[in-house]
Amino acid sequence: MKRLAVLAVTLTMLAAAATPARAASAPPVTIRLVTHDSFAVSKSVLAAFTRQTGIKVEVLASGDAGAALNQVILTKNSPIGDAFYGLDNTFLSRALGAGIFQPYQSTQLASVPATYQLDAQHRVTPIDHGDVCINYDKTWFSSHQVPVPTSLDDLTKPAYKGHLVVENPATSSPGLAFVMATIARYGERGWRAYWAKLRANGVQVVDGWDQAYNGSFTAGGGNGDIPLVVSYASSPPAAVVNANPQPAQSPIGTMLSSCFRQIEFVGVLKTTTHVAAARKLVDFMLSQRFQADMPLQMYVFPVRDGTPLPAVFTKFAQTTSNPLSIPAAQIGHNRDRWINEWTATVLR
Amino acid sequence: MTRLAARVRRVALVAVPLGFFGLFFAYPVGSILARGLAPGGHVDLGPVGRVLTDASLRGIAWFTVWQAALSTLLTVLIALPGAYVVSRFRFPGRGLVRAAIVIPFVLPTVVVGSAFLALGFRPSLGAIVVAHVFFNYAVVVRIVGGFWSHLDPQQDDAARVLGASRLRAFRTVVLPALRPALLGAAAIVFLFTFTSFGVILILGGPTRSTLETEIYRQTAELLNLRTAAALSVVQVTAVAAVLVVVGRAEGRHRVALRLRSARDTARRARTGLERLFVGTNLVVMAALLGAPLVVLLARSFATTGGPGFGFYDALGHLHANSVLFVPPVDAIRNSLVFAGEATVIAVGIGGLAAVAVARGRRGRFLDGALALPLGVSAVTVGFGFLIALDKAPLDLRTSSLLIPIAQGTVAVPFVVRTIVPVLRSIDPRLREAAMTLGASPARVWREVDGPIVARAGLVAAGFAFAISLGEFGATVFLARPNTQTLPVVIFRLLGQPGELNFGAAMAASTILMALTGAAVLLIDRVRVARVF
Amino acid sequence: MLAVDDLTVRFGDTVAVDRVTLHVGDGEVVGVLGPSGSGKSTLLRAIAGLETPAGGRVSRDGTDLQGLAPHQRELGLMFQDHQLFPHRDVLGNTIFGLRMRQVPRRDAEARARAVLELVGLAGFEHRSVDELSGGEQQRVALARALAPEPRLLMLDEPLGSLDRRLRERLLDELRDLFTRLHLSVLFVTHDHDEAFALAERVAVMHAGRLEQTGAPREVWSHPATAFVARFVGWNLTTALGDEMVAVRPDALHLAPEGPLVGRVVGQSFRRDHQRLRVALDHNGDVLDVTVPHDALLPDVGEVVRLTADPGGVRTLPPERPDAG
Repeated sequence: MKRLAVLAVTLTMLAAAATPARAASAPPVTIRLVTHDSFAVSKSVLAAFTRQTGIKVEVLASGDAGAALNQVILTKNSPIGDAFYGLDNTFLSRALGAGIFQPYQSTQLASVPATYQLDAQHRVTPIDHGDVCINYDKTWFSSHQVPVPTSLDDLTKPAYKGHLVVENPATSSPGLAFVMATIARYGERGWRAYWAKLRANGVQVVDGWDQAYNGSFTAGGGNGDIPLVVSYASSPPAAVVNANPQPAQSPIGTMLSSCFRQIEFVGVLKTTTHVAAARKLVDFMLSQRFQADMPLQMYVFPVRDGTPLPAVFTKFAQTTSNPLSIPAAQIGHNRDRWINEWTATVLR
Repeated sequence: MTRLAARVRRVALVAVPLGFFGLFFAYPVGSILARGLAPGGHVDLGPVGRVLTDASLRGIAWFTVWQAALSTLLTVLIALPGAYVVSRFRFPGRGLVRAAIVIPFVLPTVVVGSAFLALGFRPSLGAIVVAHVFFNYAVVVRIVGGFWSHLDPQQDDAARVLGASRLRAFRTVVLPALRPALLGAAAIVFLFTFTSFGVILILGGPTRSTLETEIYRQTAELLNLRTAAALSVVQVTAVAAVLVVVGRAEGRHRVALRLRSARDTARRARTGLERLFVGTNLVVMAALLGAPLVVLLARSFATTGGPGFGFYDALGHLHANSVLFVPPVDAIRNSLVFAGEATVIAVGIGGLAAVAVARGRRGRFLDGALALPLGVSAVTVGFGFLIALDKAPLDLRTSSLLIPIAQGTVAVPFVVRTIVPVLRSIDPRLREAAMTLGASPARVWREVDGPIVARAGLVAAGFAFAISLGEFGATVFLARPNTQTLPVVIFRLLGQPGELNFGAAMAASTILMALTGAAVLLIDRVRVARVF
Repeated sequence: MLAVDDLTVRFGDTVAVDRVTLHVGDGEVVGVLGPSGSGKSTLLRAIAGLETPAGGRVSRDGTDLQGLAPHQRELGLMFQDHQLFPHRDVLGNTIFGLRMRQVPRRDAEARARAVLELVGLAGFEHRSVDELSGGEQQRVALARALAPEPRLLMLDEPLGSLDRRLRERLLDELRDLFTRLHLSVLFVTHDHDEAFALAERVAVMHAGRLEQTGAPREVWSHPATAFVARFVGWNLTTALGDEMVAVRPDALHLAPEGPLVGRVVGQSFRRDHQRLRVALDHNGDVLDVTVPHDALLPDVGEVVRLTADPGGVRTLPPERPDAG
């Protein structure tokens, strides 16, 4: 009898354990955000998201934007994450072509200008933009008594011979953005001639932004000797924030006529099992809190209308409302050819 | 029964390293190559043909080969006297010099590249070669020097007494004895320079590319897996060919040598010529290896308003509220832990492999196979991991276990090449003597091979540790849930504008240098106790 | 206590040890004498278990050693080139065998020290083996082989690398040691003086086979084959008849009316006698002739006449062609 009773109790307990519990509150979910190495967000901001939704976010960062995207494409059948952030307009058509995202129209998109919403199907959602522009070292130009160049044409003038460093578009995202700026400016028929002139004018080519900015740029970390560099519109405020003591004026200026718009997107991966949670993350990334946090973390500009910018940005960041740009589909179509032609014109 | 046990032991010796190699290298690399060359299920070697016929790609392949050959030759020529000085002469600070030599090896190329540029180098073939010598000096010194310190000095003394000049004695007595270690070191330097990435990018400039940089571009940037796979095939074939040639040259020369304890073979420089020799080499080391390091060091203290610890301070606070920020102490701890794990893996697998290699003819195949990872692009391996290791229980793609595995895989060839020459020179009769005194085969290992090899094993461990500390190429492709190592922290800092970011990167580099020096010094100091 | 019966060892097609039968009794010292390449080292190695025999049997006190690995045979082997462990000092080397036999540390150390004293190396315990002279290394090797008290001690060229004076001294010491410890010893050497001085019984080995076994005196005065005769120093010639005979060098004398005519082609001076080498006119054979110290030596090139004591002449069985 006793044996039977014990058996009955055990079986009941097992049955009870096996019954799916009706959750009173949402069970804790962890989603993975795959991104590139320049990603940054405040701990408090992400913690707020977790508090609000109960969803934990694990950030997996590896490589630069292109490499990270390619890793996601490579693993699309057994993905390593639930959402991907860091895709920009130069890679957009590749990502969409690979079919790695599922569409999601965030409710927050109402606050985002249409110019940023490059995908009508909302497979990707714009989060920030950063303009790739030519930066100049103010101190150098004033002490050498050379006028600051104001247009792309200026850069071919003898006064600026050997004073410009650019990045290789084959290996550098800002490098590619600048090349596309010239394509946008001079068109298919004229951009190669422009570059031939730049080459004749002693333009220095290096492989990456770090080398250009920290290695060659006079106002970078490494005491280079070139006062004009392809960098970002956010470099002037960054130079102020990341200096000790913080100068009253930014030592760096931006040549606005050279700016090319880069928009960065996030997307929910097609094969994720945490669709709802990933979507909540996307919404959150468009929220005021996240958008306001971005400038000082990633040195990019928010896409959400009316997001307050930090003081150092409003003071020192020069932006243009008319940046150069090329439609994403056109980029996708011609990108490889442009890089090859650029290489032939400039390097060979 | 013992015969069966012996057989099982022999099989395990080869099977374990091969299994490791198969799982964490051959399988991932095979997967990614298959993606590129057999997309529909059947193999299409068309891309390889196209690569071989494309003039510019052929040019790239050729440049890759001869810059590596030139770099290897120069490294060996410059580092060989250094190896001699460090392993055979006693001078004040010797231990420090031995440890310090390894530091360049550890530093991320991005950091060193900028130091070279600061020293006035311009992107050129010369800069590439000098940088390669800088990085690989330690390889020759540690591998050849480690073996050299065991050679009986009486042998070349005997030659000198018989009338050979110093140089002649060196050529006819010492060089043949050193051959296996020399070939092993040269092979590794060649592989490293062949697959050199950061140095080519930064100090070669955009006009120079090698197979490695092309593979990176095709794989990571363009996801053009077909061309990338074709290039990888060319790269692996070239590497395998080199390994086969070197393996043949090494294997032909099996000399049982009289080995001395390393401690006993070093002596103070006696004659004026010797002192000049030692002094010159120390100066070369200081200039070649020290100058870039000093630049880094200086930069880490060059805060506005005079030298100070501002950048070190910034390192701890700069992005402290950012989600991907890792406090420097944690980064250091992560680096050390991964390095420790990788060393255990490398010495374990490499040790087994070394025994298998030293034993038999088939061992040479194992040796070559295990060295292949050095010759295959890190990007190929990294991406290979992504598509191969994606099913449980092997879904290690986001596991931090993959990092020491990748690092350990790179270190295994070093361990093998450091230990094998010493193992091979043990007179088999020494083992027989132990046997006749009652030592079972396992005991013979413990009592004879073990202590003799232990010194070499420690050299290997120190090296493996340093490799892991500075390893960047493979780990940059592995998604890391916040287990950043120092090189990754440095890399991220360099990607942001502002002098504090740059300065903090310099500070972190200096910490990395100090950490490596200390770790290697400690490992070197572990004495193989003189037991009864 | 050791019985080697019909032992054969092959290396590929070469027969290194060819059906050798040899017994060593308790406390007996047996020497195997032969030129290099005769297979004597291989014989020792096969007994120790370091080579696998193709046939025959090795047994110790009746127990067949075939299945036993070298470390289980309890036989001591002293190698020709000592093979001291470089990473251990003198005491470390000596105590090795005792450690392998799990002798407790204190006892092992005491025994090792005792053996070192026995071989005359007291006080050398903590010296590095690299610092030792050839003779000292020899003794450490000996001590190391002796310390575990093996049932049989085997020595490969025990006095090989030593200078003459040391060799003489060590010869005496070894003989003394073997007697004192009642050791069963089997040693191999190419030096017949060494063999004769040390062994109670000598076996002459040639091309893998034992050609003669017996007491040193017996082998010396009654060589059984032409090879043995030549190896122990007899002359072989056909000049004293039609058949090949062996003539002892000290059985030849310079005699003005001797039947053998020849020309002096060499002289040498040994410690206690002189030697002449004489080329016979008759058939060109070169004979060694022992000449007493006080006698006058003819010059090289001189013509001399020799006579032979009949007691020092022996007829021999025809020489067996070399195997292999």
